[in-house]
Amino acid sequence: MPNSVPSWSPLLGRLSLDVLPLHEPIILVTFAVVALAGGALLAAVTWFRLWGYLWSEWFTSVDHKKIGVMYMVLGLVMFLRGFADALLMRVQQAVGFNGNEGFLPAHHYDQVFTAHGVIMIFFVAMPFVTGLMNFVVPLQIGARDVSFPFLNNLSFWLTASGAALVMVSLFVGEFAATGWLAYPPLSGLGYSPGVGVDYYIWALQIAGVGTTLSGINLIVTIVKLRAPGMTMMRMPVFVWTALCTNVLIVASFPVLTAVLALLSLDRYVGTDFFTNDFGGSPMMYVNLIWIWGHPEVYILILPIFGVFSEITATFSGKRLFGYASMVYATVVITVLSYVVWLHHFFTMGSGASVNSFFGITTMVISIPTGAKLFNWLFTMYHGRIRYELPMMWTVAFMLTFVIGGMTGVMLAVPPADFVLHNSLFLVAHFHNVIIGGVVFGTFAAINYWWPKAFGFRLEPFWGKVSFWCWVPGFWLAFAPLYVMGLMGVTRRMRVFDDGSLQPYFIVAALGAGLIACGIGAMLVQFGVSIARRESLRDETGDPWGGRTLEWATSSPPPAYNFAFTPLVHDLDAWDDMQRKGVARPVAGFRDIAMPLNTGTGVVLAAISTVFGFGMIWHIWWLAGTGLTGIVVTAIVHTFNGRRTHHIAAAEVAMIETARTRQLAPATGA
Amino acid sequence: MSAVHTDTPHDDVPHFSGRDYAVGFAASAVLTAVPFALVMGGGLHDKLLTGLVIAGFAVAQIVVHMVCFLHMNTRSQGGWNFLALAFTAVLVLIVLSGSMWVMYHLNENMMPQGAMPPGLSDQP
Amino acid sequence: MTTLPLTPYNPPYDAAALTATHYDLNEADHPEGGSTLLGFWIYLMSDCLIFAMLFAVYGVLGGNFAAGPGPRDLFDLPLVALNTAMLLGSSLTYGLAMIAMQRGHVRGVQGWLIATALFGAGFVAIELSEFAHLIALGATPQRSAFLSSFFTLVGTHGLHVTFGLVWLAVLVVQLAQTGLTAANQRRLLCLSLFWHFLDVVWVCVFSVVYLMGSLR
Repeated sequence: MPNSVPSWSPLLGRLSLDVLPLHEPIILVTFAVVALAGGALLAAVTWFRLWGYLWSEWFTSVDHKKIGVMYMVLGLVMFLRGFADALLMRVQQAVGFNGNEGFLPAHHYDQVFTAHGVIMIFFVAMPFVTGLMNFVVPLQIGARDVSFPFLNNLSFWLTASGAALVMVSLFVGEFAATGWLAYPPLSGLGYSPGVGVDYYIWALQIAGVGTTLSGINLIVTIVKLRAPGMTMMRMPVFVWTALCTNVLIVASFPVLTAVLALLSLDRYVGTDFFTNDFGGSPMMYVNLIWIWGHPEVYILILPIFGVFSEITATFSGKRLFGYASMVYATVVITVLSYVVWLHHFFTMGSGASVNSFFGITTMVISIPTGAKLFNWLFTMYHGRIRYELPMMWTVAFMLTFVIGGMTGVMLAVPPADFVLHNSLFLVAHFHNVIIGGVVFGTFAAINYWWPKAFGFRLEPFWGKVSFWCWVPGFWLAFAPLYVMGLMGVTRRMRVFDDGSLQPYFIVAALGAGLIACGIGAMLVQFGVSIARRESLRDETGDPWGGRTLEWATSSPPPAYNFAFTPLVHDLDAWDDMQRKGVARPVAGFRDIAMPLNTGTGVVLAAISTVFGFGMIWHIWWLAGTGLTGIVVTAIVHTFNGRRTHHIAAAEVAMIETARTRQLAPATGA
Repeated sequence: MSAVHTDTPHDDVPHFSGRDYAVGFAASAVLTAVPFALVMGGGLHDKLLTGLVIAGFAVAQIVVHMVCFLHMNTRSQGGWNFLALAFTAVLVLIVLSGSMWVMYHLNENMMPQGAMPPGLSDQP
Repeated sequence: MTTLPLTPYNPPYDAAALTATHYDLNEADHPEGGSTLLGFWIYLMSDCLIFAMLFAVYGVLGGNFAAGPGPRDLFDLPLVALNTAMLLGSSLTYGLAMIAMQRGHVRGVQGWLIATALFGAGFVAIELSEFAHLIALGATPQRSAFLSSFFTLVGTHGLHVTFGLVWLAVLVVQLAQTGLTAANQRRLLCLSLFWHFLDVVWVCVFSVVYLMGSLR
């Protein structure tokens, strides 16, 4: 029964058989599919005796490369869930006309669009960019790992814990039905007395801790662990964008933590922060959540700008144009992202003076992004451009993202926003920039760095199929929304009175179907490439003619990345070394100290999941035990002195000699 | 320890001296006692002025803490400590003043006095 | 796929010299823990932002008494002054612990850490009794937005102090087990930052909440 206050018992809290969705056929079918597929996967892993391997080589690994890959896998799995939600919405909106109620009742539909947003932002986009930064940054700065390898592992598992809670909400209880930012009073106790908003809060709080720790980790890594000679202005642009992104993370996620904590106090303790009475102010929530929310979107896009800088330079065969201005533009975007947040609620009533200020700052922040785009174009100009898949995605990004950016500038004008706020125009705008930016950029990055991570290239044919399904598919899915938004159609609607809108929604649904084909083609690309990996082997470590240090290693790199730390003399360090004809050291190897694997991260995250579940369902004994468990485990961990081991010089020599042999045929006479 | 790494030197740990702590403690005690005495004695004739005086003493005491107890300077960790502090301070200023400005206007426009009866039930 | 041909850069072409100037062949082990202090400082900055948020909420909602009790009805300034003295005293004793660490006196460090914990525990106890008194008066966190923000801001600070007390205890044990190792010294330095930072936040709390509040 939606929105009713559940009953409570000391042992089980609010849990009872009623919370299982036994009367909702769509969810039951989903559960059956997930249980079967998941069960099959677990059975296969057991049958092939892979648990030991998975535990010791992946789950407990503190190696930034492995953690990066795990983030990407998490993001991909959650992407499929989030996209399923999108398909549900597209179909519902395509049929919800002329009295047809569609197949999703209101309470269910509201959860679908909420879950879609929460999953895509927090459990797809964030893991993707975090995974990319984790994998690439230490390699690009010539380091062996991040500054805090254990925290890195913990951060990943905390993110996974949050994702797990969101997934569980589908089958046990319900999810928030408030939209992805859960504005009060709708998200307060009065209007959302059930567990949905509590799932939302705890999933994000747990994952948020992981993200904040990861932010601190990467900042310190970039500041402290750069190879000698790599001054700040000799860092690759991707490292600059990673640095600024992580500064944004550390400087914005605490805001989210505080706001969600206040909301949870309102819900658990009955405080009056965001209530309608006793002096509370729901508008304050909106204000605070967007102080987090705007830097968040720059957290998503800045690393992708870095990806495009690397790819454009590599596939144009030229040094990136305007390195210094790229750096300044990135830093300016970082700082300015803190003075634009009100443009998300121009219509809430702050008046002309406040709206004008924020409208102007919002328009100003588009300028440095434009500067970056010109720099990419000037890099391509007179370059010898190779249209491999990473470059194809980059060009698609340039064309798509620019339109999205321009619609953003339209929305930045307060009077225009009064018409367009919360319309389908807004929905089209942010999907335009997120898909055109983050998604296309992630696909470009995956195609670009996959050989480095796995030692074999991705097979191009299915990648191109995916590309040619995605790009037209995106435009088919969202151009109708721009048109309808300009006509005044509101977002998050389930059924419509105006039958003339239906053709637009049908076109949008077809676009979503085309995107689904694109996703399918990408999965096929992965599968085919893995099956044919021997014929796709990357022997050189540098399949694209890269310019930065990650391409100086083998594919995949050894656990220690570099047998000897590189000494950097110029920007594009690897390109510099190649043009000078620097030879790899082939003797004189030493013991290398590396951090030890640990299971503490998995344990802490598992207990956090239990704690979160206990809090959500008001099972106080479980929550209390969980919290105590977290504290005790963390304290016990600090007593563990064995954190590092040495890779013996002989083993390093073996690996490097094999690498020398691998490179020998390619260098010819 | 290789001189060639970009690590900041490991004698970056500050030197702890009794004098720093003694001076800091004494200064903090004074900077605490004065505003307390001021408010407990009824404050100045102008509330705004009193508020500014309290704020001034607070800022002064924070600086004392930063210098004497936290050994803040522009050189530790290659200047990154100070940069992080400055950046955080700027953000805190923006967020605090921005929120107060925005909320003031929102309240003025959306919750004019007398329009909303207090204690209205939150139940649907 | 394509390998660029090796071309000499600066004749005469000295391969060994090129390698030696582009790879650190005499690399010494990175001493462990070089990143810890900076990382902890950045974490403290993020904690600072959480407090800034709570101050922002107090700033916006702190005047909303909902026809209930306000600061002048509730705040006991002499008690708050005593509490402030406790925390300031604990900062002093922690500083003395750091001086003992510098001199290598394990016992001295432990002693001053315990003194710090006693002051800290005194602070928390006084604060809890203040809260209990307010609640007994009916000034509960649920009574008004002012009280919600008061309890949350002051309470969050108190929670941080409590966490610091736990950390102090753990450190005393770790010092007993292994003495003034590099790792323990790093931990002492981190806790030093944390503890003094808590006092900085308290300066803001008593100034903005208690003193300015009493002026309202």
